[in-house]
Amino acid sequence: MSVVIVGATESARLGVVPDQSAMSLACESAIAALRQAGLTITDVDGVAGTMSPIEIAFALGAKPRWLDGTMVGGCSYMLHVRHAVAAIEAGQADVVVIAHGESGRSRVGAPSYTKNPSDLTGQFEMPYGILGSYTRFTLPVMAYLHKYGLGEADLAEVPVAQSRWANRNPRALRPELLSVDDVLASPLIAWPFHRFECCPVTDGGGALVLTSQERAADMNLRYRPITVIGSGESCEGPGPVFMEDLTSFRAFRDASAAAMRTSGVSHAEVDHLMIYDAFAHVPIYGLEDMGFVGRGEAVDFIRSGATSPGGSLPMNTTGGGLLYTHTGMYGMFALLEAVRQLQGCAAAQLDQVRTSLVLGAGGMFSAAGAVMLRAD
Amino acid sequence: MSMKPVPIPTPETQTFWDKAREHELWLPKCVDSGQVFFPPRAFSPFTGGAVAWEKASGKAKLASFVIVHRPSPGYEAEAPYVIALAELAEGPRMMTNLPGAPVDPAALTIGAPLIVSFEARGDIVIPQFRLEDEA
Repeated sequence: MSVVIVGATESARLGVVPDQSAMSLACESAIAALRQAGLTITDVDGVAGTMSPIEIAFALGAKPRWLDGTMVGGCSYMLHVRHAVAAIEAGQADVVVIAHGESGRSRVGAPSYTKNPSDLTGQFEMPYGILGSYTRFTLPVMAYLHKYGLGEADLAEVPVAQSRWANRNPRALRPELLSVDDVLASPLIAWPFHRFECCPVTDGGGALVLTSQERAADMNLRYRPITVIGSGESCEGPGPVFMEDLTSFRAFRDASAAAMRTSGVSHAEVDHLMIYDAFAHVPIYGLEDMGFVGRGEAVDFIRSGATSPGGSLPMNTTGGGLLYTHTGMYGMFALLEAVRQLQGCAAAQLDQVRTSLVLGAGGMFSAAGAVMLRAD
Repeated sequence: MSMKPVPIPTPETQTFWDKAREHELWLPKCVDSGQVFFPPRAFSPFTGGAVAWEKASGKAKLASFVIVHRPSPGYEAEAPYVIALAELAEGPRMMTNLPGAPVDPAALTIGAPLIVSFEARGDIVIPQFRLEDEA
């Protein structure tokens, strides 16, 4: 049995949305995604999200027989997709809604940030002045740059390449074309990371609706169904200090290898790539950990234009978390762009795209999820 | 201005913090395999067996770092400041601030030798690695 995505939407507004709560953004997206498939809440029997699925189901008025509240950071939605596929294949659910809403910028109805001085981060990272993800997710990069003889300007190539996509996207928060000099001239956040190498924090929502291919055949779909043909998930440690290797993320390697293996897709067959980019180095790690390039080659690959418009492997085609939007748990938006590209309704639409691979990171090099999608 | 964060030990980390109060760096070790590891855990992550403790050399190398320009609470007076990763001679990695080191990327070389020092904070003492040349 194949499982397909039949609804995929974002909230109407992204960026700064001070008059909507996180839950409102999630519900708006879920209702719109169901409408794309000609469905209503009464059709939903599975609910997943990083907010409590109880509260999402209650807010929507759904009566689910399947719940997934997996919360492993920004890649949680890749895991929800993977788990929903298994549930639908097993007959545990027929129509699953995965909903994301986050008031990352305006903090409307959002939880307060809490820290536990007794967990591993509280004992062994917090005392050294880490708090914002820019103090922590960023930490391994100097080990990487040093190993391959690279520097500050090389890291800047990531937002430069992605700005060529953001510039084609009317919904991008940071739509301007960037040069390496522009990136290096933007304010330092945590050297070697400048403003354009760090994600903004925004408000927004998004949702996916999944069902079986058989059920989808009877639906009045607005867009072609997109098949989930493979997936993977893994985790490493609770923070970058605990990585086995500072220049490679094991969970990226394992999750993406599982997605490649279960889908039977080769690297050459991947037409489009989304790699979670909370910070500029994450796509560099992702390209290498997935095996699209060799070790130390990702920057040259990006600089060559391979991931830019017209390149051989278009990547982060919204502008990515760095330039498009980043609510805090960006993974939903990476999935939604992959679906749009395969449906043929992306802002910067590719000509030939049949297979898309989405790689998500959760926490600070802590968890990973990968999803392979195909337009059949 | 808020205080710098002070960790609260748990039973599996208590030895680490007790020894730090004595200005010593101790690491947990798998009794079965003899391998040291970090952070402390209740059971060996290699075999699931018992954990013992042994004193570390205090020597390390600079593995990576950032220079934070937007300070975390408690660090306002020190920005920009260094957050670094020290790779211990025994293998595991620990976070540190490199107190006394120049806050200048050109002066911080990956692989530079580090030596442990200790900083009293609240009712606890936290390990801090310094550049060996500056110690």
